[in-house]
Amino acid sequence: MSVRRQKLYSKEICACSIFGAMSRAGERFTGERVIRAMASMHHRGNGLGGGFAAYGIYPEFREYYAFHLMFTGDAMAQREAKRAAEEYLFRNFDVVHDEEIPHSDDVYVRDPPLLWRYFLSPSKHGEDVHLSDDEYVVRKVIHVNAAIDNAYIFSSGKNMGCFKGVGYPEEIGRYFMLDRLYRGYLWTAHGRFPTNSQAWWGGAHPFGLLDTTVVHNGEISSYGTNRWYLEMFGYRCTLHTDTEVIAYAVDLLMRRHDLPMEIVARILAPPIWDFIDRMDARERRLLTALRRVYAPLLMNGPFAVIIAQSGRMIGLTDRIRLRPLTVATRGDMFYISSEEASVRLISPSLDSVWSPDGGEPVVCELYGGFGGRLEHEIAGPA
Amino acid sequence: MEISCSRTSNESAIEIDASHMDTRELNGLLRELMLAGYERVVLRNVCGQRYIGTRLYSPERRVMNIEIHGTPGNDLGAFLFGHRIIVHGNAQDGVGNTMESGEIVIAGRAGDVTGMSMRGGRIFVKGDVGYRAALHMKEHGQKRPVIVVGGTAQDFLGEYMAGGIVILLGLYGAHNASFIGSGMHGGAMYLRGPVREEQVGSHVHISRADETDMEILRDHISGFIERFPDLALDLEHILDSEWTKLSPRSSRPYGKLYA
Repeated sequence: MSVRRQKLYSKEICACSIFGAMSRAGERFTGERVIRAMASMHHRGNGLGGGFAAYGIYPEFREYYAFHLMFTGDAMAQREAKRAAEEYLFRNFDVVHDEEIPHSDDVYVRDPPLLWRYFLSPSKHGEDVHLSDDEYVVRKVIHVNAAIDNAYIFSSGKNMGCFKGVGYPEEIGRYFMLDRLYRGYLWTAHGRFPTNSQAWWGGAHPFGLLDTTVVHNGEISSYGTNRWYLEMFGYRCTLHTDTEVIAYAVDLLMRRHDLPMEIVARILAPPIWDFIDRMDARERRLLTALRRVYAPLLMNGPFAVIIAQSGRMIGLTDRIRLRPLTVATRGDMFYISSEEASVRLISPSLDSVWSPDGGEPVVCELYGGFGGRLEHEIAGPA
Repeated sequence: MEISCSRTSNESAIEIDASHMDTRELNGLLRELMLAGYERVVLRNVCGQRYIGTRLYSPERRVMNIEIHGTPGNDLGAFLFGHRIIVHGNAQDGVGNTMESGEIVIAGRAGDVTGMSMRGGRIFVKGDVGYRAALHMKEHGQKRPVIVVGGTAQDFLGEYMAGGIVILLGLYGAHNASFIGSGMHGGAMYLRGPVREEQVGSHVHISRADETDMEILRDHISGFIERFPDLALDLEHILDSEWTKLSPRSSRPYGKLYA
């Protein structure tokens, strides 16, 4: 019987998986449980992309931006990409430390690129001295990704990092040894089932800019409009995947336009006009203005996303929830997942479980805000 | 296949530890147990395995009681053929997808598309259900599927509903769903408590439940109370409430859409 089973087609056609776990008290934990939770949703993906974002993992370098780069192509292309990228990085930043991102050769992954990380601070020249550090970093990241062949900065925040590649998420997690080498207070993860674009290491989730990262299940059918709008603000979409625009939209709206998440959610997934018509005058004016000003940032199509930033995690689905999202809490822990079972696997008892309405953001933050806490308490010795 | 199971004193009952079984193994095992004549299976440590209870068709219409401890995965009881499934906890999306007959009892909440395309049998959910419950539920002849929910539902309840009965008891709060019954063209939904005009689709007629409706409600709500005795509900008290009935205005709402 077992022989016959092996011959059966064993893949069910499905969807992506997303997962997030955060300690609201700032307790740091390894990626071990996150990997297990993702493995339980193995069947949602198809092995063509897996990735993790982890926050609080580089306390010893917490004042420095942590850049994770991948150099793709054959060995010669990789070396040339690294040379060109480093030439640019060393010219524009003070690099205090760099090394290959550790990985396990015991785990087989297909065509891994050369993966390197740099801890650095801005070294501004000329006109650039007027820019804030964050704005400076964003411009340099966009330049590298758009202008240097085969070099991609896929993680650029402080005291956090993205780890991603082509494979099932549990393979990618073990490849980067996330269960042994890192402890973070907030982890998000993704298992990919690519629908509209090819699978490659840069196209795996999470997508990030500075410390904002996004994992996404669904598809953004408004990608063209969103991308065109974001390009007017200097963003360049280089990773051939729709999810990228969500990360840039969040960066534009939260960092540059200084809007709170509650408003950002109303821009990305606004109520339909019928609902707006029934609101009281004040709310109607606000929502009408948001839809008019930010119409090109409306994300159309089915999606469930987990957005993470230093100190907070946000779950959001499209307005009519065409992709699943379940939220759960247990003590200080806060979970967001495509499926409740993955949460139950690592936390059998839960204090509460619910599925937010479509377009309603679920925001989880560190107790007492995250500014000072992050710097002084969470970022203790590794 | 290595399985950990223990026979209970009753010869036709068996207990299974599902912790290390994948979807295919678990459902294959259930089928073997049914063919071997087991009538009661207790599954422990279920965690995300899908389609539990599917592929259990037998020409002689064997019926099993499947008790689940843990969290079953999506499409629990898909195509269910006369069996009874009890979940001591929450269920995920797609409970009773296209189920044919039998019964599913969820002693917690159920996710999106509960009872999607269901065509027979009954589903009882103690808590709430997610988006698009009873999506394209249907009926034919004597076969009339029923969903009874203790709480409420999220948006698009009864979307494209073609038949069957949905009952929401509203035990834990008001009904806030929108787009209820969008494209509905058959069947009936009964909601305890008020529903506003703007919450329902344009194809839906809102009325008060009449005497015939109350008989239907009595039948299925007593079934709900029986299955969840811990709620200590009083049937007469529940029936003696404002009951809103939602029914289709037309059996062919889109008849002229592409004409």
